[in-house]
Amino acid sequence: MKRRLFLKAATAAGSMLPVTLNGLSVRAYANSPLMHLLGRRTGNNGNVLVLIQLNGGNDGLNTVIPLDQYTNLTKARSNVLIQDTKVLKLNGVTGTGLHPAMTGLQGLYNNGLVNIVQDVGYPNPNFSHFRSTDIWMSGSDAKESWSSGWMGRYLDAEFPGFPDGFPNTGAPDPPAIQIGGMVSLATMGTSVNMAMAITDPSNFYGLVNGTTDPVPDTPAGRELEFLRIMANQTNQYGTSIKNAAGKATTLSTKYPTGNTLADQLKIVARLIKGGLKTQVYMVSIGGFDTHSQQVDNSDHSLGAHATLLQRVSDAINAFQDDLTLMGIQDKVAGLTFSEFGRRIMSNGSVGTDHGAAAPMIAFGTGVQKGIIGRNPVIPDTVTVADNVPMQYDFRQIYVSALQDWFGLSKTEVKAAMGGRDFNTLPVFKASRMGIEDFADLVSRLHLYDVYPNPVSGEATFKFFTDGGNVELYLFDPLGNRTHTMASGKHSMGEHEVRVDLYGLRPGNYFYQLSQGNRKYTKVVVVAN
Amino acid sequence: MSSYYQNHDTMDRKEFLTFKRAAAPTEVKKVERRTTTGLAVYSGTFGKKEAMHLLRRTLFGVKVQDMKDFSAKSMSAAVDALLNTSTAVPNEPLNHYGKTMPDPNVAYGATWVNSALDFNFNFQRTMSMKSWWWEMAAKQQSTIMEKMVMFWHNLIPISALEQVDPRMTHIYLKTLRNNAMGNFKSLVRALSVDPAMLVYLNGRYNTKRAPDENYARELMELFTLGKGPDSKYTEDDVKAAARVLTGWNINFLTTPPTATFTLNNHDTTNKQFSAFFNNTLITGRSTATAGTDELDDMLNMIFAQTEVAKFICRKLYKYFVYYDITPDVETNIITPLADHFRNNNYNIKPLLDKLLKSEHFFDPLNMGCVIKDPTTHIAGFCRQWETDFPTDTEQLYNITGYGRAFGQAILQDILDPPSVSGWPAWHQSPQFLRSWISSDSLPKRNQFTDLMLFTGYRRGGYTFIADVFKVTRQFSNPADADTLIADAVAFVLPLELNITEIATLRNNLLPGGIPAYNWSDEWTQANDPGHSSHATALASAKLKLQLLYKSIMNLSEYQLS
Repeated sequence: MKRRLFLKAATAAGSMLPVTLNGLSVRAYANSPLMHLLGRRTGNNGNVLVLIQLNGGNDGLNTVIPLDQYTNLTKARSNVLIQDTKVLKLNGVTGTGLHPAMTGLQGLYNNGLVNIVQDVGYPNPNFSHFRSTDIWMSGSDAKESWSSGWMGRYLDAEFPGFPDGFPNTGAPDPPAIQIGGMVSLATMGTSVNMAMAITDPSNFYGLVNGTTDPVPDTPAGRELEFLRIMANQTNQYGTSIKNAAGKATTLSTKYPTGNTLADQLKIVARLIKGGLKTQVYMVSIGGFDTHSQQVDNSDHSLGAHATLLQRVSDAINAFQDDLTLMGIQDKVAGLTFSEFGRRIMSNGSVGTDHGAAAPMIAFGTGVQKGIIGRNPVIPDTVTVADNVPMQYDFRQIYVSALQDWFGLSKTEVKAAMGGRDFNTLPVFKASRMGIEDFADLVSRLHLYDVYPNPVSGEATFKFFTDGGNVELYLFDPLGNRTHTMASGKHSMGEHEVRVDLYGLRPGNYFYQLSQGNRKYTKVVVVAN
Repeated sequence: MSSYYQNHDTMDRKEFLTFKRAAAPTEVKKVERRTTTGLAVYSGTFGKKEAMHLLRRTLFGVKVQDMKDFSAKSMSAAVDALLNTSTAVPNEPLNHYGKTMPDPNVAYGATWVNSALDFNFNFQRTMSMKSWWWEMAAKQQSTIMEKMVMFWHNLIPISALEQVDPRMTHIYLKTLRNNAMGNFKSLVRALSVDPAMLVYLNGRYNTKRAPDENYARELMELFTLGKGPDSKYTEDDVKAAARVLTGWNINFLTTPPTATFTLNNHDTTNKQFSAFFNNTLITGRSTATAGTDELDDMLNMIFAQTEVAKFICRKLYKYFVYYDITPDVETNIITPLADHFRNNNYNIKPLLDKLLKSEHFFDPLNMGCVIKDPTTHIAGFCRQWETDFPTDTEQLYNITGYGRAFGQAILQDILDPPSVSGWPAWHQSPQFLRSWISSDSLPKRNQFTDLMLFTGYRRGGYTFIADVFKVTRQFSNPADADTLIADAVAFVLPLELNITEIATLRNNLLPGGIPAYNWSDEWTQANDPGHSSHATALASAKLKLQLLYKSIMNLSEYQLS
């Protein structure tokens, strides 16, 4: 956090700011969630989370390998089991190692940059790719279908009314960017997706690199070219993305070629270094649905799964190297996830079928080095129905990221989790003290942008007050008051008022929020 | 701003540079387009692709059933069916405002068009009128009618908001509809003394004592002759035409309102026209029918000019084929098409028959090159995705009013064009259709389709939204991801996608390259209410389809027709 921001926040808080906190001076918390929170009140804490989706269901037992379970593993999955002598050792860890292809991650772990959470899943696991992906993306229970995503709900609160009124000077950049895949449920807010729609990856690469895809030499081709240029130029965030990409160059020489994940992360590093304030990036790599020929028959440390894990490991290693060379390693953390692990018992096709819990890997200077949880326990007799049981709920990692990495209050985290409480895990370094007690440190009156705008029917007005007598009025272009949205005492928090503006003469109307001598005025265009 | 056929090669350099700067930031690239195809009847393959091309250009939105029906016909039968239009409408504009603003003369839910004028309700009735027309487009029959009504409205427009009497707008629109597929000369005659037009272009103030040339000028410049190189009428011709048109006024105290002719205000002297009109002398009349008699003389004189047919053919060509009229097109299409139009006494149907059945129309070079107008984008979406409309009048007009207002937000306020030349997209060289696309309108176009796919538009307790299952279930084999994507792309886009783009779309249904049965199973479960996973599969499949269609609609190709 920039010192300037902190001072600004501290000044705004005035005398209410306690000098000490649990006996420690506030200044000592320069990297604490409290500071993050204060910073976020005037922007955000600047931290970035990169979510890496391993599509298809990654075989966790062959990724983070429980060496102490080899007797029973041999009984259950001898045709895919990695030779124990080849498993990569981790400093200070006995009994657990990494797939031989993951030398990159091994190096990062040994340098203190990796945290592994064992056996992450959810109760009543679902074995459908789709359902399980939706559960992971939305953060719902297994038997629910939620239409918004965990990140989307968080970003919804950060970017109220999005996309109306965005980008703006306070939030010039997209809330989230997804590269290399489709905009997913994870970034779906309650009404719109918060991620920049990169529906055409080649177009996105074109945007970043200032080129467009070739078009046929026909009238339709020429019109298409015009539309693509316009789409890039008028993409609300096109300019900021292009500028950010233009400001930074890739510094690491470790990026492998022919690795789509590395290609995506390479761009993410450039965008972050280039100053883009986007908080969440989603990248993905597919092919983990290894029902058959998961390994080479002659050498189980090679084969399809090994290739995939090597791509993941090499890409992350190069990315971390790039971040470090760019000097931005302290503001970026990454997290891998997959819709499920795979079955303990392998199948007859030298592969594994859909399973349940699996490890998640977090990386970056902001994570606490180590392995959370014990090795999965493989029973003596494994049947085809047996799965790795969960030790941790995937939402515990989510709340850890929101609370410890993004510095949200428990109240905000709970809202992002759909009103449910989950205990955090020590994945990230930031302290886990209850900062919600200080949420009202910064006195605040905020008028959000009306939604929709222009409006031809019902308009939603929203404001935040720290409590007191609040007035919110709508005025016509001549200054006559036409509607009273709020007048009187309001409790601290966000308030929402819906008004039907149908029938009003079209024009530019003003809505004004006032509390005491604080006043905010914005324009809403009525287009009846 | 006038509209005319312009040969780019003759544009002087200074003008070109000025234009280029004005058109920044996007430079309009000149299309080198050499087609050898002419007006001969198209005899090539007529399959789904060709049928969709024909339907996209002649309808606001194409339903799956249209695609199936028309691709099963011969080309000739398909065009015949599209041209077999009806002037009937399912209902008239209704009182949708009565619940909050009771109208003493018109019951809520009843039509106001046959009632007396009541200034208190002018705004509501005008909005009713505009929303109603939008509804006609969104709910159109599978014929060319609605696109032709829009064509004529753009060519010979009025402004609904400038009218003193919304019933006049209704009469104007009815005149367009009744003549849309009839005779062009009859249409011009009717509009020359149309009450709304007499208001819009000041005909009601045009008297022998104070002639007003407004309508006379536009009649020649914008409605019939144009300003092409061979249109050589003079300023005196405009003055003479204005005198022919003196004496007309409106009466809104009657039901229905009428155009009136007052001989006392009519210039009864002779009107002399220039050499361009073969020095025609229109004899001044002093009878009760002087106004129409002289008008008929003048229209006979104007329609004797070959330029009239060429002007209309160019306009129709830009509307239905492409905006770029190269010298080749002028020679091989416009000139013979105009001859055909004149030989058929300015009847519109034979002209469209010739153009739409031509090998030129089905030339692959002319496919997918039209940027959709806003009404096609919005009303067309609603028709294509068969969105359900509410039955309650107020709710219905909430929705149609929203569609209309969104069109306005993306640059097309129907019944209130920016000027008497209509919308710039259909006349303004060199941008033409590209002027629909601005830094503001393009993102909004995407916002509209996103909104309709995901949350819908909610108002007054009704949610207006596309049901993605409704259309998907009509595709040939929606359980198969690849077939579904191919069907959806062919249905929604006028251009083919490359392998990378298809793979990206596939990722919506089968992320990470998981086997195809995953989608098949989910689709089957989503369609089997008895299945134990029905509810979750339904929700999951819905989201996938929403994301798939969003991905397709956010492609630049989606803006094309």
